[in-house]
Amino acid sequence: MNGELHRPNPDEILRRVVAEEARTKQGKLTLFFGAAPGVGKTYAMLEAARAELEREKRDVVVGVVETHGRYETAALVLGLELLPSRRVAYRGVEVQEFDLDHALVRRPALILIDELAHTNAEGSRHPKRWQDVQELLDAGIDVFSTLNVQHVESLNDVIAKITGVMVRETVPDAMLSQAHEIKLVDLPPDDLLDRLRDGKVYVPAQAQQAIENFFRKGNLIALRELALRTTAERVDAQMHEYRRAQGIEQTWATSENILVAVSASPYSARLLRAARRMASTLHASWFAVYVEPNSARPMPAASVTRLSHNLRLAEQLGAKVVTLTGENAAEALVRFAKERNVSKIIVGKPLAARFRDRLRSSLIDQIVKQSGDIDVFVTAGDPDPGEVVADRPQQTQLHIPSFVVALGIVALCTGLGWFVFGVDQLADVVMTYLLGIVVVASRFGMRPSLAAALLSVAGLDFFFVRPYFTFAVSDLRHIVTFAVMFVVAVVISGLTERVRNQALSARHRELRTNSLYELSRELASAVGSHRVIEVGATQIERMFSSRVNVFVRKPKGALECARASRDDPPPDRDLTVGEWVWSNHKEAGLGTNTLSAGASLYLPLLASGGIVGVLGVTPDEPDRFHAIDQRRHLDAFAVQMALAMERAFLAEETNQVRREVETEQLRSSLLSSVSHDLRTPLAVITGAASTLLQDAPSLSTPLRLELTETILEEAERLNRLIRNLLDMTRLESGGIRVNKEWVPLEEVVGSALQRLESRLKARELKVELPPGLPLVPCDPILIEQALINLLENAAKYSDGPIELRALLMPSEVIVEVADHGLGIPDGQELQIFEKFQRAVRQGSPGGVGLGLAICRAIVVAHGGRIWAQNREAGGASFRFALPVSGEAPMLPPPELAEPPSGDGPT
Amino acid sequence: MSESLPTVAVIEDEVQMRRFLRASLSSNGYRVLEAETGQEGLNLVAAHSPDIILLDLGLPDLDGLIVTARLREWSKAPIIVISARGREEDKIKALDAGADDYVTKPFGVGELLARIRVALRHATGGGDGCAQFSVGELKVDLARRQIFVDDKEVHLTPIEYRLLSILVKHSGKVITHGQLLREVWGPNLGDQTQYLRVYMGQLRHKLERDPSRPRYFVTEPGVGYRLRDTIEG
Repeated sequence: MNGELHRPNPDEILRRVVAEEARTKQGKLTLFFGAAPGVGKTYAMLEAARAELEREKRDVVVGVVETHGRYETAALVLGLELLPSRRVAYRGVEVQEFDLDHALVRRPALILIDELAHTNAEGSRHPKRWQDVQELLDAGIDVFSTLNVQHVESLNDVIAKITGVMVRETVPDAMLSQAHEIKLVDLPPDDLLDRLRDGKVYVPAQAQQAIENFFRKGNLIALRELALRTTAERVDAQMHEYRRAQGIEQTWATSENILVAVSASPYSARLLRAARRMASTLHASWFAVYVEPNSARPMPAASVTRLSHNLRLAEQLGAKVVTLTGENAAEALVRFAKERNVSKIIVGKPLAARFRDRLRSSLIDQIVKQSGDIDVFVTAGDPDPGEVVADRPQQTQLHIPSFVVALGIVALCTGLGWFVFGVDQLADVVMTYLLGIVVVASRFGMRPSLAAALLSVAGLDFFFVRPYFTFAVSDLRHIVTFAVMFVVAVVISGLTERVRNQALSARHRELRTNSLYELSRELASAVGSHRVIEVGATQIERMFSSRVNVFVRKPKGALECARASRDDPPPDRDLTVGEWVWSNHKEAGLGTNTLSAGASLYLPLLASGGIVGVLGVTPDEPDRFHAIDQRRHLDAFAVQMALAMERAFLAEETNQVRREVETEQLRSSLLSSVSHDLRTPLAVITGAASTLLQDAPSLSTPLRLELTETILEEAERLNRLIRNLLDMTRLESGGIRVNKEWVPLEEVVGSALQRLESRLKARELKVELPPGLPLVPCDPILIEQALINLLENAAKYSDGPIELRALLMPSEVIVEVADHGLGIPDGQELQIFEKFQRAVRQGSPGGVGLGLAICRAIVVAHGGRIWAQNREAGGASFRFALPVSGEAPMLPPPELAEPPSGDGPT
Repeated sequence: MSESLPTVAVIEDEVQMRRFLRASLSSNGYRVLEAETGQEGLNLVAAHSPDIILLDLGLPDLDGLIVTARLREWSKAPIIVISARGREEDKIKALDAGADDYVTKPFGVGELLARIRVALRHATGGGDGCAQFSVGELKVDLARRQIFVDDKEVHLTPIEYRLLSILVKHSGKVITHGQLLREVWGPNLGDQTQYLRVYMGQLRHKLERDPSRPRYFVTEPGVGYRLRDTIEG
């Protein structure tokens, strides 16, 4: 029993195995980690690479290495294969950049990429070098790279505080945690300063001053400590991992979940970093949650951008980003926290308590009240420098016409009050003004209605309160009236505004829901993947006023454009980006981190079974998808479309498989049937011919004749069999075209009877063709074949006379072949037209059972129908109907009928 | 004596077919020359000037149509094409390229010999000069423009007569739809075969005992018509 406890739990093992597997398929990242530039990271990396090359004989390639002109470093590069760099024109200067595509094609076992935090020149696939590295790792290539502690995203603000230098180039912590190994390259600060003095540290000339401030001993000590601590944390994590693997830890707490509330606030960034640090020390996974209010006014553009920025930052820091919808943010947050077993909630502390918060309880109070046993942490916010300032101008955006209308309405109310009620009817006039304010509030929102309230108070004072036509007030009680009126006006406009916003957002949501509903309805009714793609793309184009391309990949094929937008076929570049999106299952293009130079956004169409396509959206206004709700709306469309496409693809696949199975079944029944029916005549021919050959002298003449006749008959039977097989194959494969000509039925019948002359010699045959039968549009060769098969069938299954007749109907001609045999067994009237089906009856004659199937195929190809029934007088009747519409072209008039040469009778 | 035997050149790649043709033709009084490929066949015909040529359309080296066309550049010997069923277009093309008739695989030796006889007769001018034609109960006197069935005279319209006279001139041989249309109506009708089919039907109604089971005017499906010159049985 105790032994049980020490064993690691199976889920845990499974998770570890999956993680391990992902790690082995992935390339391994080794980071050479240092406290500051100049500690010798690049040197250490090159040394390690040489060791790999020389000792392990690995395929090592140098992707990028900055030697900064240092002799020792350059010497180490010698002898290693250098990947040619990509030259990019950047602001008129030619810059050399790492060539990712080349590296992916070259596919070394190990590649060296210096300066993980580097920002790529514009126009590169990824804006950041660490993204290049990520892609290399995903492709299964091992990477050596270097990183300084100040570039670590979660330490970014701490370091900015220590050194006073804000580092813009950051690397997400996820890169560190996914590193297979972190090698700390450590140099005591004094030694580093010595190296700096000796000029052994590369310092760009223009940044001399800044760099010198940076390389102060105090800074260096602090940075060194941070680097050491980061490495130590990592070792600690590794130890945990090890203990878990060995089952040492008996009481491993179920992994903790942390929730951090994100908003459009500039302070959220710091909050996120704090959360990240807490999460990493607790080995917890964490959620960054944004609550979108139900009744929100459309957010100002700056806030939208900042919110997107915050959410992206959260993602980079390794959070799971979740967006919730709800009127009450606290309630939504706590509900989510409880659902996901969150143990700690982190919220920012508002810097200045808002007026509203004093009236009602603040967000924090509400969370604390509702949270139950969840810990709530309140962290002071500190805006990222330079971000708050940008926020201001947005707020003073005024919509002038609405203020003019507000003014007009107040003037109207004043006039109304003046002429209807006159002075001294204050109560009535106040009511009139309030009505005006309500109107303004409901039409134009908060600010114009506040203006209207102010104007109303002024108007009331000026026109209706003694002394008239001045703003002076004789009776102090009126001041109270003004105040009450103003407060009432404010409250009313607040309420009206809220109702208005709720209505607006309800309408907005309804539109969104409707469009999604419409999409799913249309997608559900679309048949076939092509139609599904077309419907989805058209809907997206209409909804987002964009152009839409859809790319799919056939099994084992390259990515291809399955649907081009109306005006242009997509350029090759689109296919390249599409390929990337397909293989990485990540979005790219406009507004993303990858290949963001173009005007199109590329989304992977992910369904339950994997990626089914790539959606390329080119909005008419480039910033359309900056708005979070638009993006989410588009994502919802993409999900719907992906599911519909998957469904269509699966259906097509199933059909394909079914067809293959049917073909397979057909083939096997054909084989069994054919092998029997071919062998019988062959056996007879072989037997008869060998008798003739061996016993020739002893055979009597009649016997010899009989044997010879047998051979001939069997050969003819074989010929018919093969003819039917060939016909069926050709009809089935669509290899036979119906060449319709206007033909007299009599000719076709005559030709068929003539071909059957020898076989039907002994049979009585009645042919009834009514006079005046029109020409029938048909392929005479095929219809003749159908007739032959029907007549042969009748001859085979009956002994009496055979009747062939035609009937003229209003829009078709019916041809009947009837016999006086035993008829068709009950219930087999349809079945006998199937391939390899014969009427099941004892002693029935042989045959492959293709004749009637061929008839049906021929008649159906003519747009006609065929059926069989038993006759009342006994025997079977087979009929087919050929449609006759229109008339044969007129015969030539007499003058055309004149002979080309004059040899006609005169 | 062997000098006087008519010579048949067989251009056929299948050994078994050649063996069968050699056996049946020589036993019926023909001298047989054999070639395995189209090129060999051309050389053979050039060297020996046979009286008639049997040509398989499916040769390994040259298309049978090309062989036909090349032969027609310098040889007047009748060509009978051997073709598979279902290749009606090939037959028409071969006939247009200058072949005289065809047999469809598999065929009986009787059918082949009849075709050879007819072709040889037309080649030596045996049928053309003759103004009298009769088969079964049908008698045609081209000189007097008189037609008898069972010794009763039948009257034809000018077009019917012209159609009949062309068929009589080529009696026993296949004539394609195109050929008949051109000769009766001139080049303007192209492939409007329905006119031809209607007149053919009228001719049968006037001259055949049972027009739905014709004995004289035989349909060659997808190719054209043939007026039989003998009736077996």
